Amino acid sequence: MTDYREDFLKKLRDKVEKWERETLPKSLSRYPERMERFTTLSGIEIKRIYTPLDIKDTHYLERIGLPGEYPYTRGIHATMYRGRIWTMRMFSGFGTAEDTNKRLKFLVEHGETGLSLAFDYPTLLGIDSDDPMAHGEVGVTGVAVDTLKDMEIIFDGIDLGKVTTNMTINPPAPILYSMYLAVAEKQGVPREKIGGTTQNDPLKEFIAQKSYIFPPEPAVKIAMDLVEYSVRNTPKWNPISISGYHIREAGSTAVQELAFTLADGIAYVRHLVERGHDVDSFAHRLSFFFDSHINFFEEIAKFRAARRMWAKIMKEWFGAKKERSLWLRFHTQTAGVSLTAQQPYNNIVRTAIEALAAVLGGTQSLHTNALDEPYRVPSEFAAKIALRTQQIIAYETGVADVVDPLAGSYYVEWLTDKIEEEAWRYIERIERMGGMIEAVRKGYPQKELTEASYRFQKEVEEGIRKIVGVNIFTEEDEEEVRNVPLLDIDPNEVEERQIRRLREVKRGRDSARVESTLNNLRDAARRGENIVPYILEAVKAYATEGEIMNVLKEVYGVWTEPIIY
Amino acid sequence: MTITETERIKVLVAKLGLDGHDRGAKVVARALRDAGFEVIYTGIRQTPEQVVEAAIQEDVDVIGVSILSGAHMTLMKRLMELLREYGADDIPVFLGGTIPVPDIEPIKRMGVREVFLPGTSLREIVEMIRQAGLERRKRRGW
Amino acid sequence: MDYSRLIEKALKGDRLATGRLLSIVERDPRGASMVLESLPEREGYHVIGVTGIAGSGKSTLLSRLLTHYADKGYRCAVVAIDPSSAYSRGALLGDRIRMQMHATNPNIFIRSVSTRGLKGGLSFAGVAMIDVFGRLGYDKVFIESIGVGQADVDIMRIADTIVVVTVPGLGDDIQALKAGVMEIGDIYVINKVDKDREGANKTMEYLLFAIEAGELGHRGWRPRIVKTSAVLDEGIDELIDAIEEHYRFILGTGRYGSGRERRREILVRLLAEKMLIDALESIEIETGKDLYEGALELLRRVTARYVDTTGGGEA
Ligand code: B12
Ligand SMILES: Nc1nc2c(ncn2[C@@H]2O[C@H](COP(=O)(O)OP(=O)(O)OP(=O)(O)O)[C@@H](O)[C@H]2O)c(=O)[nH]1
Ligand SMILES: [Mg+2]
Repeated sequence: MTDYREDFLKKLRDKVEKWERETLPKSLSRYPERMERFTTLSGIEIKRIYTPLDIKDTHYLERIGLPGEYPYTRGIHATMYRGRIWTMRMFSGFGTAEDTNKRLKFLVEHGETGLSLAFDYPTLLGIDSDDPMAHGEVGVTGVAVDTLKDMEIIFDGIDLGKVTTNMTINPPAPILYSMYLAVAEKQGVPREKIGGTTQNDPLKEFIAQKSYIFPPEPAVKIAMDLVEYSVRNTPKWNPISISGYHIREAGSTAVQELAFTLADGIAYVRHLVERGHDVDSFAHRLSFFFDSHINFFEEIAKFRAARRMWAKIMKEWFGAKKERSLWLRFHTQTAGVSLTAQQPYNNIVRTAIEALAAVLGGTQSLHTNALDEPYRVPSEFAAKIALRTQQIIAYETGVADVVDPLAGSYYVEWLTDKIEEEAWRYIERIERMGGMIEAVRKGYPQKELTEASYRFQKEVEEGIRKIVGVNIFTEEDEEEVRNVPLLDIDPNEVEERQIRRLREVKRGRDSARVESTLNNLRDAARRGENIVPYILEAVKAYATEGEIMNVLKEVYGVWTEPIIY
Repeated sequence: MTITETERIKVLVAKLGLDGHDRGAKVVARALRDAGFEVIYTGIRQTPEQVVEAAIQEDVDVIGVSILSGAHMTLMKRLMELLREYGADDIPVFLGGTIPVPDIEPIKRMGVREVFLPGTSLREIVEMIRQAGLERRKRRGW
Repeated sequence: MDYSRLIEKALKGDRLATGRLLSIVERDPRGASMVLESLPEREGYHVIGVTGIAGSGKSTLLSRLLTHYADKGYRCAVVAIDPSSAYSRGALLGDRIRMQMHATNPNIFIRSVSTRGLKGGLSFAGVAMIDVFGRLGYDKVFIESIGVGQADVDIMRIADTIVVVTVPGLGDDIQALKAGVMEIGDIYVINKVDKDREGANKTMEYLLFAIEAGELGHRGWRPRIVKTSAVLDEGIDELIDAIEEHYRFILGTGRYGSGRERRREILVRLLAEKMLIDALESIEIETGKDLYEGALELLRRVTARYVDTTGGGEA
């Protein structure tokens, strides 16, 4: 069965054959093709042309459908950006809370529509700024947060009832979430009104981002505590952002990014269902995060396939009934790894193309990387251009005026099918291993990534993959590079300021209360209870992030990586 | 110089500090392996002390450090000091990762042989490390 | 070459000198013998082999043992034998990662050795290093190997005490081990009891039964069984007790020297193998032939030389 009439297909087949016999050879003899094989960035081999023959089995009604309807290939909303433009959410943070507060306000002034916090390494890993391991790293790649006090300052003058905030934080996610809640409370904003996202996706930490702390099982348990708590208490919060971005940036192909991310999602849903939750009670609060890389159509196809697959998984595997449970809502970031240290201004162009793919793929929110990406966290100047890039796409190009304009493209539909098919194969393999937690323990996705990133690097080395400024159109002169204005931070000065504040907070707090809230947390963790309420109490007592994490490390242990190359 | 001798060049690939960016370090480690080196990878989140200890216990010919976290000034300074303290400063040290151009000179002044920025070809890296390794072996009379 | 200064320093515990001395051992067998000969003999160091099913937690357990032993003041050394990659002459030595947290412990010294294409997983350097460590004053010298097949039995034969690691639940795993290292354990560890206490008891019964039936244990030693959780740091002291008991047993029964003897024997065999492999590798490099073809080529050359010297045949 096919959507096309058999006689039409037959005529088309004949025509294509004739074209291959007559038209093509003439052309090939005059203009031989540039390469023997053409592949997408992920290595999917692509043909010269695509016709209805390539998608004759793709039933429109079932597999493509209409936006806002199952299987959501064309988008989760009927009107998409005709109703509301995606959220422009620039990942930012550096120095101390004061520095970051200023940056957030700057971005909002220039038209940013959602906040996104980047934390420094000690914060990402649950280490206080005065820990010897933190030396040299405080405030360098994100904002330093030790106690509630820092979060109060970050959001000083920002109404948490009006903005939504994404926080890229993983093992310590319940702590940062609790701090956000406490700040909202101080501002008098009711819990039901606060919105935002905690990344809180532990499995991809083992696979890609490597800011893991606890072993896989407790890591998943803690993350799901947050989901459970958030769904009940902060109905507009996305307690998890199931992330392919890091997987891709660590070197995966588009197919692996898609497959591993969905497999992570499956593991979380399974965990929550096993904990006794009805799938429709939480599924609508799961959110996703993908990369938008430089191979334009492949990315668009990936986003479309992702929506279709997740809807199917939720409906058919988990029996979700509510429509919102089937939606794959996602944030996108353009591919940092595609940006080059050489001829850095070219990065603006790359980012624009990647952002366009994200929009054509139907993203809900977007971060665009700055041109100084390979050097340091973005300067104000670079971040502004990146934001402007989104605004140009949104308001000048017209691509936001129509829903899923690439649907029906023979190539895009074929590629969407192809990516989906290959992703299912990975998911099946992971299922056979006993699911993603087990696969991660065995190092399976890690190994796949190491292979893929090495393969890519070798292709660049051999010139099969071309990168302007790196292996073609290279320039000797580094003047352009030297003249890129970089964000000016003095790590020593930041560290001093931050440690001073930490000491002040510690002096000013009720240490007996800190002690007792930490003890309560320890006991609750040992009993296997949901730990979020206890963390909230500790946070409110101005316990430091490091103190809280140390209690959890005591109970849950820490993870060392298996040996994988 | 026969290949059998270069083969045995031992390189420590190390991730210093809290940095979790391991893509580059692993790619470089594999490239070195494929070029016939013996590579020891430390894994992530290493202190300068741990790296120096690993280097002397394994008696490597070259240390290759990867830092993308921006903490390179502090960490490399400490690493180079420690190598001197241990009397192991005859081991050539290379650095790769996110290093803003203005930081390259100060880092080289600390005694780091070469700094590799993003986009450096693996061939170039392998060659430089091979040279440095061979030189050290020669100095030891090997 | 004169190694006396290095040796002097290494004997005093200088880690830089120790590392460099080990490189001499590693570089060529002649250096290894010289170093061994120049070091004073020492009695009583204890070589502990850890083997068992892949992924059973050997490295994690070894890491725990190091912590506990080092805390008690023992000087510990690890010879981390890593199979070198098959398709290139280079190697990625990865075992160190799991033990890197001990890097700065003054009582612990870890050294990786690649097997450099040797099938059995044992390299000349690896074996020689064990006794170098012992003579340098290390009390406990550890080696780890994957417990499959005869090759690992060989590796383990160089240890004084063999710890075989299994996990809860009976099944194919243990069956698979049976052919290999299962029979040679002095101590059996059932690790990961935190995951499955019930299953751990079953494995315990099975092992006990095998011991009763005389399938396990040898020459007057009744194997000990210890349940551990390496991740939760449970049962490690019991394991150490068992290891120490076995140590006292071999000292008491005069068997202590036999491990050293076996290592010597193996060194001779490995030396012969190594010389052959080196010859094959140089042919491989010269001609691009793989090991098998290289062997044929070597044979041809040897024959040719033979023919040559016996009177003008063609090559
Ligand atoms: C990929 C990437 C990630 C991935 C990492 C995946 C992984 N497992 O490696 C993900 C998405 C997880 C990630 C996360 C973060 N990232 Co990041 N990331 C990058 C990115 C885009 C590319 C790095 C990369 O892998 N390139 C590909 C490899 C092959 O290249 P390479 O590492 O540079 O290696 C080459 C050379 O440098 C050299 N080299 C490197 N290592 C070595 C070692 C030796 C021995 C030798 C000889 C040579 C050598 O040779 C290689 C070949 O040419 C860079 C920006 C950029 N474009 O460079 C930011 C970047 C490094 N990240 C950054 C930040 C801030 C982060 C986060 C802290 C964000 C946050 N606040 O949450 C997190 C922290 C994660 C963690 N746990 O460490 C910043 C660092 C800023 C700074 N230094 O001041 C950068 C510069 C982006 C930016 N401008 O903001 N990131
Ligand atoms: N639950 C649990 N997991 C453990 C325990 N010991 C080790 N593990 C985990 O088991 C996995 C394998 O551990 P390793 O120590 O690498 O095992 P190994 O036997 O050395 O593995 P190979 O050298 O690859 O054969 C890791 O994920 C460890 O964290 C334990 O006691 N309990
Ligand atoms: Mg192991």
